[in-house]
This record gives sequence, structure tokens and C-alpha cells, in this order.
Amino acid sequence: MANVLAPQKRMTIGEGGLALTFAALALLCIVIAAKAYTPEYAFHAYLFTAASVASVFAIVNRYYDRPAETPLTIDGKPNYNMGPVKFATIIAMFWGIAGFLVGLIIALQLAFPALNFDLPWISFGRLRPLHTSAVIFAFGGNVLLATSFYVVQRTCRARLAGDLAPWFVVLGYNFFILIAGTGYLLGITQSKEYAEPEWYADLWLTVVWVTYLLVFLATLWRRQEPHIYVANWFYLAFIVTIAVLHLGNNAAVPVSIFSPKSYIVWSGVQDAMVQWWYGHNAVGFFLTAGFLAIMYYFIPKRAERPVYSYRLSIIHFWALIFLYIWAGPHHLHYTALPDWAQTLGMTFSIMLWMPSWGGMINGIMTLSGAWDKLRTDPVLRLMVVSVAFYGMSTFEGPMMSVKVVNSLSHYTDWTIGHVHSGALGWVAYISFGAIYCLVPWLWNRQLYSLKLVNWHFWISTIGIVLYITSMWVSGILQGLMWRAYTSLGFLEYSFVETVEAMHPFYVIRALGGFLFLCGALVMVWNLWKTVNAAEAEQPAGVALAPAE
Amino acid sequence: MSLWQKHAIFEKNSIVLVIGILVVIAIGGLVEIAPLFYLKNTIEKVDGVRPYAPLELAGRNIYVREGCYLCHSQMIRPLRDEVERYGHYSLAAESMYDKPFQWGSKRTGPDLARVGGKYSDEWHRDHLRDPRAVVPGSVMPGYGFLAATELDFRNIGDDLKVLRLQGQPYTQEMIDNAAKDAATQATTDAAEGDAVIKRYPKAQVRDFDGNPAKVSEADALIAYLQMLGTQVDFKLYDDKANIR
Repeated sequence: MANVLAPQKRMTIGEGGLALTFAALALLCIVIAAKAYTPEYAFHAYLFTAASVASVFAIVNRYYDRPAETPLTIDGKPNYNMGPVKFATIIAMFWGIAGFLVGLIIALQLAFPALNFDLPWISFGRLRPLHTSAVIFAFGGNVLLATSFYVVQRTCRARLAGDLAPWFVVLGYNFFILIAGTGYLLGITQSKEYAEPEWYADLWLTVVWVTYLLVFLATLWRRQEPHIYVANWFYLAFIVTIAVLHLGNNAAVPVSIFSPKSYIVWSGVQDAMVQWWYGHNAVGFFLTAGFLAIMYYFIPKRAERPVYSYRLSIIHFWALIFLYIWAGPHHLHYTALPDWAQTLGMTFSIMLWMPSWGGMINGIMTLSGAWDKLRTDPVLRLMVVSVAFYGMSTFEGPMMSVKVVNSLSHYTDWTIGHVHSGALGWVAYISFGAIYCLVPWLWNRQLYSLKLVNWHFWISTIGIVLYITSMWVSGILQGLMWRAYTSLGFLEYSFVETVEAMHPFYVIRALGGFLFLCGALVMVWNLWKTVNAAEAEQPAGVALAPAE
Repeated sequence: MSLWQKHAIFEKNSIVLVIGILVVIAIGGLVEIAPLFYLKNTIEKVDGVRPYAPLELAGRNIYVREGCYLCHSQMIRPLRDEVERYGHYSLAAESMYDKPFQWGSKRTGPDLARVGGKYSDEWHRDHLRDPRAVVPGSVMPGYGFLAATELDFRNIGDDLKVLRLQGQPYTQEMIDNAAKDAATQATTDAAEGDAVIKRYPKAQVRDFDGNPAKVSEADALIAYLQMLGTQVDFKLYDDKANIR
């Protein structure tokens, strides 16, 4: 009997407790489903029930399959826990493709409104949050989960803390995405930009996020190095600040536990300020600090050079997180928000240019002595170009936050173009670079084709250029048309004339988005071939990564 | 020992690092947000601004549900062209009962802060059903399903209760009559119409969607659109009253 040799296998308190908690949650959700005010909410309650039951089954099943003990080290080397990292990496690509595709659809809807088909579930107003959440929180979020769990283990030389907890974080987070996304299509939203999910999804995310923080911290406590590596400072700032922002912005009272509807505790001006304190720092901490952490690990690693300046990274870190928080009011220029708050927001946004470029310099100059690799390694090129895009959009942002510039750019497509130069150029490119590094490392394979990475790079770069230039032109054009006067002193254009003028640019933008999607599909193919390298040839046409 | 080496305390203690992060990110938020709860010009009281009537609130919730704010702002900036195109610039007080605020950040379509009374109910009905039938260059999706869908206002009283809990001046009488008031407001020449107007001054009481047989989601949405920006009488508004 194996028991004679191996230590006695026992169900841990964590396993038992979590299984019981999920069982209780399943029961609660059945009651909620039965008494739900709306069928959409009942559907979500059933999803929660199904997921809880599946979790109980998975926990018990895993208990029977697992060895009695998981060693923290094997032969003196850390026994890294890469399962959750692999899962988050694959599902990031899945959500990425889905998010880019929905982006393309809504771009086409703006060019050709018949594509709304006048159906509630696929109208622009419901699909647009699906696009933003899919790319920011589903694609970006899973990239952050994957890389943070990878980086914290490698830089601490320690196994990820927790047994079930890391799996709870990645699976729980993706369940949140599922609830949020299906909710938008069914009309469950609180219509706060980038914080659309309703109260119960927010509550679930809070539980997942606190667990994430604890897993990350507890792994840091296991570190074999005296110092915490700089990438982990940025990850920690991202996790902690997003928690604070999420709680502050989503403070709401539900109409009933049986209703999906809630009312936010803030209202009017205060709600606007809290929203953009959240919204701009979702950019600052989710899309910037988190991805800067990726920059600080993956670029030095890939270039095989140390970070350019340790001191610059200290200044970069503290200045960035201090200044970013103030920048929110630049979304509210010339509104009913008091002028002093607008001026503060503008001032700090301009100051923010400095640490942003400090970080860019630290990233790019890390290539000192390894510049030749830009020619030979398209993955590194992807990451360096992403940092260059970061520099460009962190110059454009402060410029647009100047009140006179903002009076023209606000409410127009210029904002959309600015967001996408950051989102496609910076966030997506650094993510692609990191995933091109991660997949071969995690699966212990050679990347299938560097040539395809090159194709991916150029296809999507042309896509980005088409996207942002068309939005510059349409945004500035529309802003100027709105304020154009005839020589007699009348407004020159009716509103709808300015809408009609946008059409060619909307078509060009959709083409840009299509190219970006094509590039990402090339990437999925490349990764698929990489992971399956040891196996027989896969039939052509299986372009999507497997779900799990 | 140089100053740079003092940074080691953050690098060697994760909890110190977390506390450092929390302190640094707290400052900006507190300075910008906290004063908005007591400064006079952000908590100004302006005559005419009242909480939403139940039907208007239900309509607003449809506006929220469909994500209208993604293309329509509700915030007129004090710029010459905007004031001429849309009307008086928006006041803080005009969104004081808005949960959440719907100022928006993009104008794919025009601003709606003062759309109330600009067009007829028939225009809104046709426009929601087929935007290009009345505005040929429009890129708006059609919302014909709103007129076909019965409005679910059975629990609208619960909504009012939650809003009262959060400090909005709904009375017990308003809460008790919420569902009835919603139905009444969507009926032309309703017997109880005066009671609704008494509870919610300037409320418009009529059959908004042109179908007396049912209270539809279009009824609620049009009722909301028709009251937007109409509460403050700018002939009487004193713009100096709230300057400190």
C-alpha cells in the first residue's frame, strides 16, 4: 500500500472549508434564482449555482487525485506552481481575440448602423462595454494574473503561496468576466464607464481580489531574496490600488437581494468625480502600473541586460503612483465640477508626463549594449515598440488634459484614438511580447516561428497606425465642425452633418481594427503550433487556443 | 549611508511597502473628492430641481440599461457653440439626484441634457423605432423593442425606498403610491394625474408612446427624455446665489 510509504493524506481545512462554502453558496443561489425579480438575474443566479456545484466537485475530485503533500522545493530548486499561470495565459488569448472581434463589430456598427439589427442584445450600447471589459479586464486582466504569478515566483524563487487559492483567483476572476459580459448583453449594467458590472458581480470580484492580494503577499513572504524586485512593487501597487478604487467607485445599495439593480451611493457631481478618480486610475494602475511590472521583468530578461537604472526605477515608482491619482478631473473639464478641481487635475496630468517618460527611458535604455537584438528578435522589438507607444500616448494624454486642447478634443473620437494608441500600442504589445516569452518558457518548447512574430508585428502596427490617424482626423474635424460659425454668426453645421462627415474615418478605423485582429490570429496560430510542437500536425483551421 | 539606501526598508518589508503605497495614493483622492461634499457650489440648491417621478426613474433606468451615455452626453459646457446649440450650460444641481451621473464622455450623438420639450412625443417614438426615418444621417441603433416591451414597474417602490435610504427626499406617500403613479403618468387625462403633479411638480402626464393599451418601456424612456433639463427656470435662476 502506498500509505505505508507516503505520509497520511488528509483533507485540509482549506479544501473542506471551501467545498462547504461553495455548497452553501449553491443553495443560496438556488433560492435567489427562484425569487429573482427578472429572468436575466435568475439566469445569473443559476450560473453561480452551477459554478459552485462544479467547484465542490472539482475540489473533492482533486483531493482524491493529489499526492499527500506538495513539496515546496525539489532537489533544492523551488517547485513552481505554473498551472494557474498556464490557464491564465491561454484564456487571456481567448478573451483577447473575443475582445478584438467585438471591437471590430462595434466599429462596423458605427460605420454601418444597420449592423445593429435593431436587436437589444447586440446593439452598440450593450456591445461597447463588452468590448472594453473584454480587452481591459478579460485580456489585460488575465495577462496580469499570469505574469504576476509567474514573476513573483521566479523573482522570489519560491512556490506560489496557497494550495487552492491561486486557482480560486484565476477561475474566480474569469467567472467574474463571464457574469459581467453576459450581464451587458442582457442589459445588466450600472453604466459607469469601465465599472459597468452590477453589485453582485462587484462583490464577487472583491472576494477574488482580496484573495489575489493575499496570495501575492504570502508568496513575497516566502522569498529567498532579501529585496523585493522592482516589478513586484508595481504589481503590488496595481493590486492594492485597484482594490481601493473598486470599493470606492462601486459603493452601492441593491434594490433587493433578488434584484440585479442597485443605486450607487454617490450622485451627480460627487459621482462624476469618484467615477473618474476610479476611471483614470484604472488606466493608471491596471493598464499602466501592472504592465510596467511586465516591462521591468520581461524586457531585461529577453534582452539579457539589467534594468537601466535602479534609482530611476525608485523615482519612477513613487512619482508615478503619487501623481496618477490626481489626474481624474481632466475627464471633467468645463463641466459642473468646480474649476479648482479641474485645474488640479490638469496640473497633475502635465506633471505626470515626467515619471511616465522616466519609466519609458528606463525600459528602452535597458537595451544598452543589446540594440542589435532589435534586428534579430521580433519579440523584443514588439516590447520595445510598446514602450515607445507608451511614451507617445503619455505625451498625448497630458497635452489633451490642457483645458483649451480638451475643449476641442473632449466628446470626440480624438479621445478614442488616444485610448487605442495606449491600449493597442502599449498594453497589447507588451502583453503579446510577454506571452511570446511565457509560452515557450511554461511549456518548455521553442517558439514555433519568429517569422510569424514579425508578420504579426507588421500587420498589427499598420492596423494601429490606420486606427489612430483616422481617429485624429475624425476627432479634430468633428470638434472644429461643432464650433464652426458662418460669417453671419450662426452655427455652420447641424449636428447630424458632423456625424455624416465621420463615415469615411469610421470605415478606415474598422479596417485598422480588422488588421489588428488578423495579427492576433497569426499569434494564436504561432502559439498553438508552439505548444503542440511535440505532437503530430494539427488539422488546419484550428486557430483558436483551447479553452482550458 | 546615502538616501538611496534608505529605500531598502520598502524593498525588504512588503507590509511597509503596502502602507507606503496606500498613503501615497490616498492624498490626491482625498484632496479632490472630500471637499465636494461640503463646498457650496457643488451642493447648491436650485429651485425646481426635484427627485425623479417613478415613471421618469424607470425611464432613466432604461437609459442606463441600454448604455445611451456611451454616445450621448448630458453635460453642456459653458462654451459659446454648446450653449447656442443645446441651451444654458448644465448646473451641478441639475444632476444632484442622478445615480449614477450620466454626463458621458463621447458625443457620437448630440447632448441630451436639455432635450426635454425639444421634440414631440411622436418624433421620439418614430426616432426610437427607426432613427434614420427622421434623421437620415444618424448612426443610432433602432430601439423598436422598447415600445413592444411592457414596462416592469411592480417593484419601483423598492427603488424609491433605496433612494430615500441614500438621502433623497422621497416621502412615505410617494413610496406607497409609486407603482400607481408610474401607471398614471403614462395615461392621458388620468383621474389621478393631478395627484402625481402635486407630488412631482411639473411632471408631464400623458400617454407618451401613443399606445393607451399598455405602459411600455418607450413610455418610460420618453417621459424621462421629455423632462431632461426642464426643471430649472433660467428666467428666475440667480447664478450668483451659490458663489462663496
